Amino acid sequence: MSSVHSVSAAAADHAHDHAHEDHGAPTGWRRWLFATNHKDIGTMYLLFSLIMFFIGGAMAMIIRAELFQPGLQLVDPGFFNMMTTVHALVMVFGAVMPATVGLANWMLPLQVGAPDMALPRMNNFSFWLLVAAFTLLILSLFVPGGGPAAGWTLYPPLVIQTGNSLPMAIFAIHLAGASSIMGSINIIVTIMNLRAPGMSLLKMPLFTWTWLITAYLLIAVMPVFAGAVTMVLTDHFFGTTFFSATGGGDPVLYQHVFWFFGHPEVYIMILPAFGIVSEIIPTFSRKPLFGYDAMVFATASIAFLSFIVWAHHMFTTGMPLAGEMFFMLSTMLIAVPTGVKVFNWTATMWRGSLTFEPPMLFSLSFLFLFTIGGFSGLMMSIAPVDFQYHDTYFIVAHFHYVLVPGAVFAIMAGVYYWLPKWTGHMYSMTLAKWHFWLSTIFVNILFFPQHFLGLAGMPRRIPDYATQFAEFNMISSIGAFGFGLSQLLFAYIIWACVRGGEKASDKVWDGADPHGLEWTVPSPAPHHTFDVPPVVK
Amino acid sequence: MAHAHSDQPGGKYYIPHGSPWPVIGSIALFITVGGAAMWLNHANIGPMVMSAGLIIVATMFAGWFGTVINESEGHYYNGQVDKSFRMGMMWFIFSEVMFFAAFFGALFYARQLSVPWLGGEGVKIFTNLLLWKDYETAWPTNGPAAVGGDFEVIPAFGLPAINTAILLTSGVTITIAHHALRAGNRTVLNIFQAATFLLGFLFVYLQATEYMEAYHELNLTLSSGIYGSTFFMLTGFHGLHVTIGAIMLLVIWLRCLKGHFTPQQHFAFEAVAWYWHFVDVVWLGLFIFVYWL
Repeated sequence: MSSVHSVSAAAADHAHDHAHEDHGAPTGWRRWLFATNHKDIGTMYLLFSLIMFFIGGAMAMIIRAELFQPGLQLVDPGFFNMMTTVHALVMVFGAVMPATVGLANWMLPLQVGAPDMALPRMNNFSFWLLVAAFTLLILSLFVPGGGPAAGWTLYPPLVIQTGNSLPMAIFAIHLAGASSIMGSINIIVTIMNLRAPGMSLLKMPLFTWTWLITAYLLIAVMPVFAGAVTMVLTDHFFGTTFFSATGGGDPVLYQHVFWFFGHPEVYIMILPAFGIVSEIIPTFSRKPLFGYDAMVFATASIAFLSFIVWAHHMFTTGMPLAGEMFFMLSTMLIAVPTGVKVFNWTATMWRGSLTFEPPMLFSLSFLFLFTIGGFSGLMMSIAPVDFQYHDTYFIVAHFHYVLVPGAVFAIMAGVYYWLPKWTGHMYSMTLAKWHFWLSTIFVNILFFPQHFLGLAGMPRRIPDYATQFAEFNMISSIGAFGFGLSQLLFAYIIWACVRGGEKASDKVWDGADPHGLEWTVPSPAPHHTFDVPPVVK
Repeated sequence: MAHAHSDQPGGKYYIPHGSPWPVIGSIALFITVGGAAMWLNHANIGPMVMSAGLIIVATMFAGWFGTVINESEGHYYNGQVDKSFRMGMMWFIFSEVMFFAAFFGALFYARQLSVPWLGGEGVKIFTNLLLWKDYETAWPTNGPAAVGGDFEVIPAFGLPAINTAILLTSGVTITIAHHALRAGNRTVLNIFQAATFLLGFLFVYLQATEYMEAYHELNLTLSSGIYGSTFFMLTGFHGLHVTIGAIMLLVIWLRCLKGHFTPQQHFAFEAVAWYWHFVDVVWLGLFIFVYWL
């Protein structure tokens, strides 16, 4: 490909380019602190996300250890509530979202044939703001009164009672939100303005498409979340009464504003995962994606619907009957485009020449287990039924099914898919398959019993429970410890792959789409790619 | 040094060199909000930490924008970079629209739903009978507990109407300045750009006197129930945006005086103009729904 030759030609140009002397590869700490290269920033995002995954995971271990048997044994209830709250905030904003942003940073320019992200310095700002945000959030656990403990949704009036950590948590959300908004602007501009000539919108890889739509969602809702927590801050410190009936406000107002953000937020976590799976299944089925256009339109429909379903999180907090009906029906509607996706992935495999390398294994696991989470979501969309499920372990099981074997497995599939392109090495397929089987088995032991606990009436966010729930809780905790330990293997596989291993070919996977631009550059991808745009036919 | 001037296709892309400003900005914001959190938690050192952070933030903006302005004036940017900047600014403004939407949403929710419900409207009759028996729906209101005590509101057709005229006039003056820039008439540009930023600062000044009057004479404060909450949240964030916008207009005026911008290339001017029209439109929403109706 001409693009490969152009890399060295461009490098020669830089030798006598005095104005921008550090256009080459800056070394040492400057390379990371002052980074403008999308691959460096992508790497930092992915490492940050992995660290947060283990910090959030450690909190989950504390939660499951306390719930291993009835009674209070390890931590006090206040600390338990901090763990449920900060575990969620860390996993949502620190692990899943930065992981998909890291994948976007690495892969979008490679997929659309761009030399870098459109606004490289702002890209670096996005990353380091995230570090600032999470330093602040983690520090908030250690101030007088302890960390935020009102649940990740931060509902007033409970959240107003938070101690010194309240402003820290709120400012952390502001910084993380600013980081997300800038990251999204960068992604939109890169896709809309830096595509290689000939790459029309409906030729873009699905991962690029899903991220484009996700970025629009982020810009639309992160500022709303910022507004919501700002009102919490002023209610606590400046005497406003947005969320207090004494002054004419309403705590339910917070829930509306929060979930106007919160529901699109869950699609922000899952749409890039859809994109990753849509890249991987065709490769290992050795067939083009079934119904490409339908996949794009289904993604866009899901994104649109995500704005008009928010109050299904609030069926039990009280709203007019017409509201319950509207939000119930609009929520059910989401099953249609989601079903289109699930059937299209399945149809892609139909009569394909399937092989089961780790990325494919994780994608298949995603397909089955995400669908289970989707179905339990459909159950809860029925308002009268939700009255029973609300705030029980059933909802905990539901959203962990869509987020762990859903979003997280898709991210792991993506890492296993593109890791050889990043490092130039193949990883140990045997170890990765061990990681897959351990994760898949333990994640089900961890979360499946929680469905039964919820249906039997065990409430979420409590450190102690009635003895009738003991067995399933113990099984769930064993699954949690097994799942947590299995992830150490993931970290080891990545570390070993960075250090060395069998040389990866440019194409890496023999079924990889020959038109996919990311497979036309060498493995590892050189520091600068596509300095001259490739032509897409 | 020639680097990446031509537009694609066929030409080379422009990639900026590394910069210390983003990481400095992140540390500065960390210090700023850390200081603010300390302040809110009554630590004496808080205001000082926050001020130090804000000074570094200001330095960061000056340094970062300075670098970009030098690169722009040095003709490093091609048409593609210009387009990236435009799209970036557009989507930034959209995010700001959504930020204000959250507060407008709170206002409409209070006026249309929560206050009537407290007064017992429709199926909420028992809310009124059992919890807030003597409360009658009204707007403006500080709620059934009369939080913050009796207060008066600022009439729409006084200072707010004058402020509306000021902002709308500034929208006209910046358009005249823009046309002058495109026609190459630098004198008219400089005069009307000066008029624009002066009108901006005049608005901020008048808004400040309005706040003084509200606090000292009308007993209208942040803690005057839901009316005071929404009033100060909406006008306060708008005032902050006008202040930032006026500073941006001032910087653009100084750049005009230095001879920056050409009739063809003046992205920064247009970006600030878009931003200014955005705060103008938000004000019209405020004038209608907060002050007038």
